[in-house]
Amino acid sequence: MARAEWSSAMIPAAFDYIAASSVDEAIEMLQKHGDQAKLLAGGHSLLPLMKLRLAAPGVLVDLGKIEDLRYIRDAGDHLAIGSMTTHYMLESSALVQERVPLLSHAAGMVGDMQVRNRGTIGGSLAHADPASDLPSIVTVLRAGIVARGPRGERLIPADGFFQNTWTSTLYPEEVVTEIRVPYASGRTSSTYQKFRQRAADWAIVGVAVSLTLDNGSVRDAGVVLTNVGSTPVRATAVEEALRGGPSTREALGAAAERAADGLNPPGELKGSPEYKLHLARILTLRALETALSG
Amino acid sequence: MAIESPSPFGQAILRREDRKFITGSGNFVDDIRLPEMAYVAILRSPHGHAAIRSINVAEALALPSVLTVVTGADVKAAGIGAIPCGWTLPDMKVPVHSALATDKVRFQGDAVAAVVADSRAACEDALELIEVDYEVLPAVVDPETAVAGEAPLVHDEIADNISFRWTVSGGDVDAAFRDADRVIEQRLLNQRLIPNAIEPRAAIAQYDEATGDLTLWTSSQIPHLVRLLLALTINHPENHLRVISPDVGGAFGSKLYFYPEEAIVSFLAKRLPGTPVKWVPTRSEDYLTTTHGRDHVDRAAFAVMNDGTITGVRVTTVANLGAYLSTFAPGIPTILFGLMLSGNYKIANIHCEVIGALTNTVMVDAYRGAGRPEATYVVERMIDLVADELGMDPADVRRKNFIGPDEFPYTTPTGVTYDSGKYTDALDKALQTIGYREFRTEQEQARKSGRLLGIGMASYVEICGMAPSQVLGAVGGGAGGWESANVRVHPTGKVTVYSGACWHGQGHDTGFAQIVAGELGVPMEDIEIIHGDTEKVQFGIGTFGSRSSAVGGIAAYLSAQKVKEKARRIAAHLLEAPLEDVVYEDGKCFVQGSPGEAKTLADISLAAYLAHNYPSDLEPGLEETTFYDPSNFTWPFGTHVCSVEVDPDTGTVKILKYLAVDDCGRVINPMLKDGQVHGGIAQGIAQALYEHAVYNAEGALLTGSMVDYAIPGASELPMFQTDETVTPSPVNPLGIKGIGEAGTIGSTACVVNAVLDALKPRGIRHIDMPLSQERVWRALNGAQP
Repeated sequence: MARAEWSSAMIPAAFDYIAASSVDEAIEMLQKHGDQAKLLAGGHSLLPLMKLRLAAPGVLVDLGKIEDLRYIRDAGDHLAIGSMTTHYMLESSALVQERVPLLSHAAGMVGDMQVRNRGTIGGSLAHADPASDLPSIVTVLRAGIVARGPRGERLIPADGFFQNTWTSTLYPEEVVTEIRVPYASGRTSSTYQKFRQRAADWAIVGVAVSLTLDNGSVRDAGVVLTNVGSTPVRATAVEEALRGGPSTREALGAAAERAADGLNPPGELKGSPEYKLHLARILTLRALETALSG
Repeated sequence: MAIESPSPFGQAILRREDRKFITGSGNFVDDIRLPEMAYVAILRSPHGHAAIRSINVAEALALPSVLTVVTGADVKAAGIGAIPCGWTLPDMKVPVHSALATDKVRFQGDAVAAVVADSRAACEDALELIEVDYEVLPAVVDPETAVAGEAPLVHDEIADNISFRWTVSGGDVDAAFRDADRVIEQRLLNQRLIPNAIEPRAAIAQYDEATGDLTLWTSSQIPHLVRLLLALTINHPENHLRVISPDVGGAFGSKLYFYPEEAIVSFLAKRLPGTPVKWVPTRSEDYLTTTHGRDHVDRAAFAVMNDGTITGVRVTTVANLGAYLSTFAPGIPTILFGLMLSGNYKIANIHCEVIGALTNTVMVDAYRGAGRPEATYVVERMIDLVADELGMDPADVRRKNFIGPDEFPYTTPTGVTYDSGKYTDALDKALQTIGYREFRTEQEQARKSGRLLGIGMASYVEICGMAPSQVLGAVGGGAGGWESANVRVHPTGKVTVYSGACWHGQGHDTGFAQIVAGELGVPMEDIEIIHGDTEKVQFGIGTFGSRSSAVGGIAAYLSAQKVKEKARRIAAHLLEAPLEDVVYEDGKCFVQGSPGEAKTLADISLAAYLAHNYPSDLEPGLEETTFYDPSNFTWPFGTHVCSVEVDPDTGTVKILKYLAVDDCGRVINPMLKDGQVHGGIAQGIAQALYEHAVYNAEGALLTGSMVDYAIPGASELPMFQTDETVTPSPVNPLGIKGIGEAGTIGSTACVVNAVLDALKPRGIRHIDMPLSQERVWRALNGAQP
């Protein structure tokens, strides 16, 4: 993903560092420093940009010391996840594995061990990189993202959260505090197909699928694609083709054929648009078949 | 030579140098911190090709943290010479390579200005303040386009961007092609690779005005050659120059040259006496400025008879050299490639033409294997295409044409002489061990259900132990091919070996100690090896071309023998016995038959340094030096074989089994040997399936980081199985051939052959490397690659 403008520097410009001790303090710092401030929530996306001098915030407000943002809780009808929960915590949590297995499965595929130990779900979502895995996962799970700002707290549905490459609906002075993942009802089976060249790479294309089955038919279907547009892309044609139809291989196959409908994916060294369209279809088929047999 | 059982030679001994590396106690250039040290950063051209209209450094210079800023004009004014090329071919045109660009930049990363500041970060701030007014010029990055006659000129004075046209011919090639039953042709791309040493290049220079001594620490494979070339370039007396290669974190050939930055930091240190200056590039900077490897377009034609006999080979190659000629660049695609096109085979008629192309890319030079992986790829891909065309098993075509075990020494039609080999043995062992026949049966079954299974092999022979000096000189090499070693026995019997070889992580400290300990009969821990410092070690050539053991190791062995000889003479005196009756065994001298009255090496050494009771016709002291110049190269060989499965839906290749049967002559340490083979295979598979350094048409490196340049890791690679045959080299007394590059040479063609074998039912003849997921998918779908 040769996105960077050319630069061989790996030494960031000078910046101030503030370790916020609470969300309120972080918001205060964002208000105080305005454009100059950036939140640090793990750093695996922001720091490389700074080292390349593509980002040069004057103040880094680190959320890493706010222990209150690091939790995974059973909240009755949903899983409540603190925004500073690391990928590794999601991957290894028995609660996540039991209640939202797709999330732990996908978190285990993010980057490498070092990234998973430092990177956080809140940081990943706020960064809004369409090549990242978790934006697709929270979208297919119809999660909600809790953001707090000077005017209080609001819950943003994942479906409307991602606006463009590296752009979300967050206001500049807001901090993501929690992710709420609703529990599935009925017999739901989900999976994530991440197609990459090397284990630690970003997806060339990824497909997250969630199927709710009911007596040989598909009651509900969620299909969201990674890295085929400027945001996670919901494959509505596939979902519509599946919903209410039979849960047979033939039906899944016919639906998967529509996975590339309307897509206009960006090309990159590891995958041309043409190849990505093909991958969208084949990976959707594989994901649906896996979900069906799971 | 009889090796006694207690000798460590041949034993799998853990690398004794690893303790310091795995505990973080190594001493790499970046670990060195000198008092008053300042930092250097270099402003690099963002363009592939541009004229420099003006450079304004005033703002950068005004920063309080900045000590100095220099440009090409300063370098020129100081009389710093051009960066030299150390290999000369007939009628070769050598472009001028200024350490800092003056009028033009010719590749992305070309050095434009250098800043010295009191911190690394301050350097970067200063670089941002330098204003360069560029007039961007059209660039050419593809070697074939560069020499086609219409391309922009990289250097105005070099017509058609052609540095050289080199040909070699043996036999009657025209007749062979005229009389052939069939001619098989294929255009093969050997793509550009980035060597990726774990430690990027780095250098520190320090100048002492009072003594006139200039010291350069540099991450290099060739400290003595760097000192020589630096002396000539910056016009500093060689006896006041000290070059130190401390611990070096890998190189793969990329640190085998004299680089502009070594001249730049030396120049800066002399400008700032008392202020040592350190340059440590980032990985991205290293990608842009450290030599790349391979980058050939090879057009091959094989003349064959219907029974599989290969009668003629014709290869025309355009080799990308980059924007300037790196130190050994001209030798790699010519001598180390063109002379290796006979492979393991008896082919009477061979012709090769190589065009050296200048382009707007970073310099291309040796990368692990250096010419031999390219040649092996051509020969071994073509053998498979021959087999395909004739409907023969690829193993049978190889067997049919192998040079027989009794035909050595074998001189190829292009004039190199292979030392020894049993090529069929290695092939048979490889196929038997992997279960070739059984796999063919399994493959047939799998194909019926649409699965794409394949098996591929590659046999190789390589030219190693670079050496002998006269031959190297005759083919244009600008360095000797010998190596030096001094074995010094201290008065207490402890031993220091000073080796002119200069390793960078391969394990020589252990291997060389095994050789000397085995010869002197003393414990390995009594032997210390010093290398990499021109002030400690006598002149040496360095480490490359799998030469350290076969040349440097032999030099140490010969010095140890001389020490033993002198020890016997001293012992004969001490024991009052005739010399011919005194034997040296297990670190002791005694009169044959009376081992009870022995003099240990320590006894003898003490006597040698005291010289109180000593032979009158012998000089005191106990140390010996050898400058060993071998009589021939050494010629390791082997066969690699692997099986693969291709996913027809996505084009993903999975390697199922990988087996290497290598013959590197006698093995000093099987564990070190396996380590070399493993790493080599990983890099060879990387070329076959993953890696490709890509420039766009303007000369911007698109694969400028490890995100885009796809180095495979453990998750992508299969288990490697290694095996061996042992055919000692007659060239040297230990029978050593060398193993540093074999893994890279055998594996690339082996994997590509396996994938193409898998794709055979789909009618696919060839795919150019890397066989990435999309390329294979496109071939399967009949799309343009």
